[in-house]
Amino acid sequence: MITMAILLVAMALAALWTVTANLYLRATIALALTSVILTVIMFRLGAPTAAVFELSVCAGLISVIFISVISLTHRLTLQEFLSRRQNRFARFRYLPPLLIAAALAMYFARQPLGVSLPWRETVTDARSVMWDLRRFDLFGQVMVLLAGVFGVVTLFRGAKNRDGR
Amino acid sequence: MIYLFIFIPFLALIVINLLPQGEGEFAGWAALAVFSAQLAAAALAACGLIGLGGGWLDQLLHFRLLSDRTGLLLLFLAGLVGGTALLSGWRLRGASRSNFINLLLIALTGINGLALASDLFSLYVFIEVVAVSSFVLIALFRERSGLEGSFKYLMMSALASVLMLSAVACFLVAADGMSFAAVRAALAVPGNYLARAALGLFLCGLFIKGGLVPFHGWLPDAYMSAPAPVSVFLAGIATKAAGLFTLVRLVRLAPASADLSAVLLLVGTLSIVVGALAALGQRDMKRMLAYSSISQMGYIVAALGTGSALGNAAALFHFFNHAVLKSQLFVNAAAVEEQTGTRDMDRLGGLAARLPVTGTTSVIAILSTAGLPPLSGFWSKLLIVIALWTAGHQFYAAIALLASGLTLAYFLSLQRRVFFGRLRPELENVKEAGAALLLPALGLSALTVGVGLVFPFILGMFIK
Amino acid sequence: MGVEPATWFWLFLTFAALVMISGLYCFLVTFNLLRMLIGLEIIIKGVTLLIIAAGFLSGQLALAQAIVITVIVIEVVIMVVAAGLIINFHDLFDSLNVKNTRSLKG
Repeated sequence: MITMAILLVAMALAALWTVTANLYLRATIALALTSVILTVIMFRLGAPTAAVFELSVCAGLISVIFISVISLTHRLTLQEFLSRRQNRFARFRYLPPLLIAAALAMYFARQPLGVSLPWRETVTDARSVMWDLRRFDLFGQVMVLLAGVFGVVTLFRGAKNRDGR
Repeated sequence: MIYLFIFIPFLALIVINLLPQGEGEFAGWAALAVFSAQLAAAALAACGLIGLGGGWLDQLLHFRLLSDRTGLLLLFLAGLVGGTALLSGWRLRGASRSNFINLLLIALTGINGLALASDLFSLYVFIEVVAVSSFVLIALFRERSGLEGSFKYLMMSALASVLMLSAVACFLVAADGMSFAAVRAALAVPGNYLARAALGLFLCGLFIKGGLVPFHGWLPDAYMSAPAPVSVFLAGIATKAAGLFTLVRLVRLAPASADLSAVLLLVGTLSIVVGALAALGQRDMKRMLAYSSISQMGYIVAALGTGSALGNAAALFHFFNHAVLKSQLFVNAAAVEEQTGTRDMDRLGGLAARLPVTGTTSVIAILSTAGLPPLSGFWSKLLIVIALWTAGHQFYAAIALLASGLTLAYFLSLQRRVFFGRLRPELENVKEAGAALLLPALGLSALTVGVGLVFPFILGMFIK
Repeated sequence: MGVEPATWFWLFLTFAALVMISGLYCFLVTFNLLRMLIGLEIIIKGVTLLIIAAGFLSGQLALAQAIVITVIVIEVVIMVVAAGLIINFHDLFDSLNVKNTRSLKG
């Protein structure tokens, strides 16, 4: 319980750091950190397959995507940087009180709802569930990936030849 | 048999991309064949001439597909509107053309998956297939407005996905699995508030995906900024399948309750009124059609809100009409834009003399949408108003009736500003659009008139 | 873990909500495309946590893992497409701020 609570708090803090970081690169690192903490949570809950996916794809691949976008687009002058640092405090002023209020609201809302959980113990292997029961989803995944491939073909065709129609 | 609906577009996609591409002519014809085959197969299956069993593929693949009349309706419309969009994009050349065709086929597979899915999470996955291909299609030319519209759609759609995934998480706790049967069983338990909350979250997600008021901000931008053939596809089927069709599926899972009905009626009526009022003030032809789309979708949602069998039938019939009419109006808009180079209605006028076919078909679609007898739109609106009235929602029925007048008003303004009146001197040399735009327009108008005339037969075929 | 399941449920729900609120806040206050995307990522992290926790608490962990894997695949495809849009956007306007470049009304 205590370990899990610490992990959850750490994840929330990492998320907070991600959204308030004033450099894109730092935000990306914080995002990867959030993913890593989520991976650890998944491992502790007994979901190793999803954890491996989270670690490799979200912490790895998505960071790579973000870093390449940043390197392709990011041109920030010193002045912009300084003004943004000032802005940040004004912009995120309301976030911490909002989070505290939300946490308190959740704490007090806890009693009335009183969800009774099934608490089944039918843990089976994720791969067999994926393959035996969710085959239609697998087909859907293939189609999403294909759409992504044609998205890359369309959108990364090279900036110069915007032939269009 | 039923597996062919999802595998044929997929296989066609692979074959098209494996074969050497010349001018892209072959790919176009192959895709057209896929769309026509789907249209024919869905129609034949609805008449009972083709069996829908899974056969040996069911033993092999275990996709647990769901085949019913509602799904067949979507399959039919996907073939029809997809073919129309393909024809209206026939003039595209080079890389745009091959990407357009490929993404259209992927989106078709996604829609077919939606029509046949029997599981809440599969439904979500196929919504994403349609959505991702739509993002790319909107940004197909990579120009200013397309990129902005696409990004906006992507962001709103991702927020909707988050809502739906939260609902999936709640159903994991509250229901015994994700299949429609399990969800229905969980919703039928009286004290299961978590399942109710999950249903509400999923509904909110679908309202965003469908672009209903108050979540409609992205829709006019996406429709307006998309290339002309893409907006035919988006407006005709893609967002309707992702938002409204799934809404139909979901609403049928829940037992009739006053809360659900109130939410649907409220959102539906708001969409009807806000969409129609916003459409009145537009200058851009496609933007006006987009707001009109919001208004017409409102009718469908309001009809679902009655919870009666008649309301469901009316909603599905209006879904059919709306897909046909809106894709036709967007084809007409494409023809006008292609021939004159503008969609600004204040710079158009008197085009009926120069574009006779486009002008005439547009009149038919407009009158049908506004609900003039004996065109198909009249029957569906009549059914919706009757369903609202008999379910005891006289107030909403009156609003729906009055909003019909608004529909007629903004559409007559469109017709007057674009097709009637005096021809502007700079439009002197405009000619009628090519056959690729006229054929679908003519076919769809014929369908509108025909369905209106043989209405009882069509109603029995698709809905009962 | 000898704690009552309902307490666990509220613990996970609270933290998933906190993470999602942070992401949503970031999404709403910024006009920068890349920052919106980062906010979106954080929201999706929160939802992933929620799904895994729901699977754990209901004893359907295998199903939850299958769902999470699918969600991750879809997430990465959406991120790639969004990255493509952002790069094209930057090529056209030399800026990532929609306030400077907005042409659409809504």
